[in-house]
Amino acid sequence: MSDAIVSIRDLALGFDQGGTRHEVLRHLDLDVPRGEFLAIVGSSGVGKSTLLRVLMGLSPPSAGRVEIRPSRKAERTAALVFQDARLLPWRRVTANVAFGLERLNLSGAERRDRALQALARVGLREHGGRWPHQLSGGQRQRVALARALCVKPELLLMDEPFSALDAPTREGLQDEVVRIWRDQGVTVLFVTHDIDEAVYLADRVIALGGKPGEVRSSLPIDVERPRRRGDPRLQVLAEKIKRDLSAEAASREDWSI
Amino acid sequence: MPRNRAAPFILGAGGLAAFLAVWQVAPSVGLVSSTLLPKPSDIPAAFAAEVRNGLWLEAVGLSLGHYLLGLLCGGTAGVALGIASGMSVRFELSLAWIVRVLRPIPGLAWVPFAILWFGVEQSAAVFIIAIGVFWIVFFASQGAIRGVDRELIEVADAFGFTGAFAKLRKVMLPAALPGILVGLRTALGQAWMSVVAAELFGVAGLGQRMTQASSLLATDIVVVYMLTIAALYGAMDTLFVFVQGRLLAYRP
Repeated sequence: MSDAIVSIRDLALGFDQGGTRHEVLRHLDLDVPRGEFLAIVGSSGVGKSTLLRVLMGLSPPSAGRVEIRPSRKAERTAALVFQDARLLPWRRVTANVAFGLERLNLSGAERRDRALQALARVGLREHGGRWPHQLSGGQRQRVALARALCVKPELLLMDEPFSALDAPTREGLQDEVVRIWRDQGVTVLFVTHDIDEAVYLADRVIALGGKPGEVRSSLPIDVERPRRRGDPRLQVLAEKIKRDLSAEAASREDWSI
Repeated sequence: MPRNRAAPFILGAGGLAAFLAVWQVAPSVGLVSSTLLPKPSDIPAAFAAEVRNGLWLEAVGLSLGHYLLGLLCGGTAGVALGIASGMSVRFELSLAWIVRVLRPIPGLAWVPFAILWFGVEQSAAVFIIAIGVFWIVFFASQGAIRGVDRELIEVADAFGFTGAFAKLRKVMLPAALPGILVGLRTALGQAWMSVVAAELFGVAGLGQRMTQASSLLATDIVVVYMLTIAALYGAMDTLFVFVQGRLLAYRP
């Protein structure tokens, strides 16, 4: 695909432990078109998070090639939202959001303006002066999202960002991510183990399964937006992905959370 | 547990009053000689005399100078080397045996060298105080840096702060600050103990004045300086806790 922002060829991921090499993921080929909302599902230990870490340059791949093609004007290629918010507790909310901007050559006022804009986008503009510990779990995750958006990434990587939140908070944030994706034209790679969440959010869902992990299915979600939770068409697609993964699911763990 | 909010104060004051009463009565009824144990009621007069002849202010000024300089030198070196060895395993390993050799040597054991190197001068006292402070702050800083949450360091990496110095400034130092401050606070007390020891061999200050007084059996003057040290330490510690509270205001 020529307009792919991410191209992955024959990628293998693993880690060393006690002198032996553990492979978690192999033979991964993946092209992510610019502007796509791609969800990656699979049970824990299949290498989903490791894949995001490799894309962020936080860990090296065992083999294969990863290419990210930012457009020339990009300030920053990729930003990552972790599963836990990982805010810096000694910074107030605004300073946490502005964290990634401190590498750029901006004045303090510019940084503050952009941080407040990003905070407004996640609906927390009036919380800028608080400490992270004064926020709820959902608010903390919103701040983490604002911190990632603040650097204007072309590629937004999200690593099970809502898995620790209660259902109403999670659903609110899911809709917010879709809105931001639509408004900003950012490419999203969303890792989750919740297949219903993946199907509701994404243009395409890639299911990783096996040990070591491989792509079991790649399914376009051709349901128009805005989507409705519990749409039967989404349920049918989710069932299909669950069947594709059922060999592992039956032997290892329950998919429902 | 006392429920009244004033109870801690009343109990504390009561305990202190009882202590002073026993102290006052014991020499008064001849239980101990008042040369061996001065009565608390004699202390204010001794204090006033020391202040009047100018010795108190001079001794306090000199000792405070040794104390602050020693704290500054030992603290700076301890924080710097502690952070460096906390960040680099190689550096830590190359220091490991040096640390094992030097660590158990008490500050007082350095007195002969302090005199040889610096003479019976202020700098000799500063050196001995700095050694005691150094080890406490060194180990606290090393431990605090090594204990920084790896996940927070990863946040620095994820947002492009990949150099060691950028990581230190943006994440590791603020994350380690609470631990480093605990070390500095411990050193604040340790340094006063070193002050007295460092001045025993003739450098002018509180310790020297106490040695002079005790050789003249002027035990009331010794007590005046003991209480002076307690008061100075109390003031320093209160000030430190205030600054610490400001620096760590983000904590719940």
